[in-house]
Amino acid sequence: MPMPQALKRFLHPVLMILLGLVGLYVVTLVYATGESLLALVMLVTLACFIWIYTSSKTYAYRYLFPGIGAALIFVVFPMLYTVRIGFTNYSSKNLLTFNRATQYLLEETYRAEGATYNSTLHPEGTRWRLRLEDADTGAVFATDPIVLGPDKPQTLKATAIAEPLKGEEMPMRDLIAHQTFLKGLTVLMPDGGQIRMTGLREFAPSRMQYTQNQDGSLTNHQDKSLLRPNLKTGFYETPGGEAVDPGFQTDIGWQHYIDVFTDASIREPFVRIFVWTVTFAALSVFFTLTLGMVLAVILSWDALRFRSVYRLLLFLPYAIPGFISILVFKGLFNNNLGEINIVLGALFGIKPAWFSDPFLAKAMILIVNTWLGFPYMMVICMGLIKAIPLDLYEASAVAGAGPITNFFKITLPLIIKPLTPLLISSFAFNFNNFVLINLLTGGRPDILNTSIPAGTTDLLATYTYRIAFEDSGQKFGLAAAISTVIFLMVAVISMIQIRATKITSDDKR
Amino acid sequence: MAIVIDKSQRWRLLAAHAFLILLCALVIFPLVMVVSISLRPGNFATGTLIPETISLEHWRFALGIPSPGPDGQMIKPDLPVLLWLWNSVKVATISATLALFLSTTAAYAFARMKFVGKKAALLGLMLMQMFPTVLALIAIHAIFSRIGHVFPLFGVDSHWALVLAYSGGIALHIWTIKGFYETIPAEIEEAATVDGATPWQAFWRVLLPMALPILMVIFLLAFIGAIIEYPQASILLRSQDKLTLAAGMKQFLYPQKYLWGDFAAAAILSGLPISIVFILAQRWMISGLTSGANKG
Repeated sequence: MPMPQALKRFLHPVLMILLGLVGLYVVTLVYATGESLLALVMLVTLACFIWIYTSSKTYAYRYLFPGIGAALIFVVFPMLYTVRIGFTNYSSKNLLTFNRATQYLLEETYRAEGATYNSTLHPEGTRWRLRLEDADTGAVFATDPIVLGPDKPQTLKATAIAEPLKGEEMPMRDLIAHQTFLKGLTVLMPDGGQIRMTGLREFAPSRMQYTQNQDGSLTNHQDKSLLRPNLKTGFYETPGGEAVDPGFQTDIGWQHYIDVFTDASIREPFVRIFVWTVTFAALSVFFTLTLGMVLAVILSWDALRFRSVYRLLLFLPYAIPGFISILVFKGLFNNNLGEINIVLGALFGIKPAWFSDPFLAKAMILIVNTWLGFPYMMVICMGLIKAIPLDLYEASAVAGAGPITNFFKITLPLIIKPLTPLLISSFAFNFNNFVLINLLTGGRPDILNTSIPAGTTDLLATYTYRIAFEDSGQKFGLAAAISTVIFLMVAVISMIQIRATKITSDDKR
Repeated sequence: MAIVIDKSQRWRLLAAHAFLILLCALVIFPLVMVVSISLRPGNFATGTLIPETISLEHWRFALGIPSPGPDGQMIKPDLPVLLWLWNSVKVATISATLALFLSTTAAYAFARMKFVGKKAALLGLMLMQMFPTVLALIAIHAIFSRIGHVFPLFGVDSHWALVLAYSGGIALHIWTIKGFYETIPAEIEEAATVDGATPWQAFWRVLLPMALPILMVIFLLAFIGAIIEYPQASILLRSQDKLTLAAGMKQFLYPQKYLWGDFAAAAILSGLPISIVFILAQRWMISGLTSGANKG
């Protein structure tokens, strides 16, 4: 529907201003929750958005903004953030930010001295009254009728009552449902004491355990001691140097890197895993390439019949989702119940322990990865072989050369150059072949005597995953530091790949 | 065309067939085995390739149909395979649509417009996709758990978090679409501009309809990519009913709860449609990519 030009010209800036205001409001809300980094990212995104969609100079960027923005925020930023985490002690022990850890401590309460009250809730219309009975003296108090909700802290006053409350008391089930609301209540007693919920049917005096002082230290009201944040360890500490949970994230500089390269209990598994990662990636490329190329050569043979049938069948492993075929192999290779061992047992009377012997586990991984990867190489090689001029083979036939000579003197030399960048990218892919290892062996069997669990079949990528998400401790910081090291290795591989690509494209000219 | 004709040719053909048949057998063995296992009774049963007794218990499990337990009571399967499949399809559809929107627009600017930083941005995109997201899992998890403190809808254990996490992986798509746009003569849009179309109209009404084949290809690529993505799904999704297939399937093969037969049925049920879509897409992609837009 055509819109009057004047209206259109007017609508655009109004919309932008509105969007900007709403955006700023949301950013403020986010900032208020203490997530300043998130608020900053949102603010920058909002500013870019407003600028790009109002300035006439940035027309091209209007098309780029959504896509490039998403790529920057959800791909590039996480990588930079990984590097950042590598310099912190972020782990399950030091999970919270400093502000949140402080907040957590400031919300802690302790049971103070004073009378305990048995509490019940009684209805009055749609509202409820909280009845409090002193457990020792039997004196009865009650609050004014209140609405149960929302779940926000509030203070009520209780007064002594003479008449008993009429309504039936609230059953346990409903009490549990309203627990969050009830826990937020503070009741002022006539004697000036403050009581809070300490059990489902009990109120008692409880006080805030800590208050914050000007210099950032916390005073513990229970034993009058002073807690100070230690920014080196990421904990609040008592004067005696004892750490108080929860810990918070703090910068520890290069400590993780120093550990990885000097602490023998981390360095040795790291080096072993690195060696296996390179071996695995290289052997995977070699096996898939060899099998794929042999098949490509055979399937390019004109005299062979049923080629399309073979091609379709041999392409199958590539079409099946990896997470399914890898798990199928995990079951088939199972030491006791797997079909492969049943066949091997029937034929040769052997029962290899594919999952507990490190060497056999590695062999299994390479077998599975070859199964998964050769179709790709086959398809690529077939395409390249197609491009070789036929008269080369005719000439060699005239010279009396056989198929083996043809392969090594004509086919291989001609396809290896355009193949090189693809081989490097295949190497890079297998270098970080997380899915295969994580689903097939999970890195196990483990290396003995390591401070952090490490597996004989772990790749660097799965090793960091285990440090971060699987084994106890969730050492995100250390894992991120190792990830950063892997980033550098991948960068080196990528540089080699870019050079190789350049060389091949220069040759073509 | 016969290039080399000699007596050994027949023997070599025979050897080639033997080799190919052997390899095909090795490729198909696991697949046939899975079908057989899914029809055997029990999760620990061993037997011949063609099961002597056919039992549909595993298929009932995979399809979520309650079956009588040892005490005669009806038990509902505890791994909701169909729900996971639905989750996968949902996340993949949304994120593929989003990827399509993000990459077509960006590729238009790269293919048709001049702006500062174009070369660097293109190179940056190329470099970006060389670094696998697996290495940034820790940060991705940290980022989404922090987002979740403020916006629970986009936090850990939500499908929207996964959609957002996937939305950034469009570098390759941008390059592919850009390449396709460049095969379409710019004169067609210029003609539209001369007729009074704004650049947006030239893009939306003229260029995009011509680029339809590549858009379908990219949608399918992104869709399949999201269906089979495992690492991010496994760290961002937690609760049983939120998991995608890729993140959930491994639960069948925990050592303490080994459901080999049920897994086989679930694997066929979920793997078959995905594989068929992939093979069809593969064929169609090649025809889609090679048929230029300006054929008519």
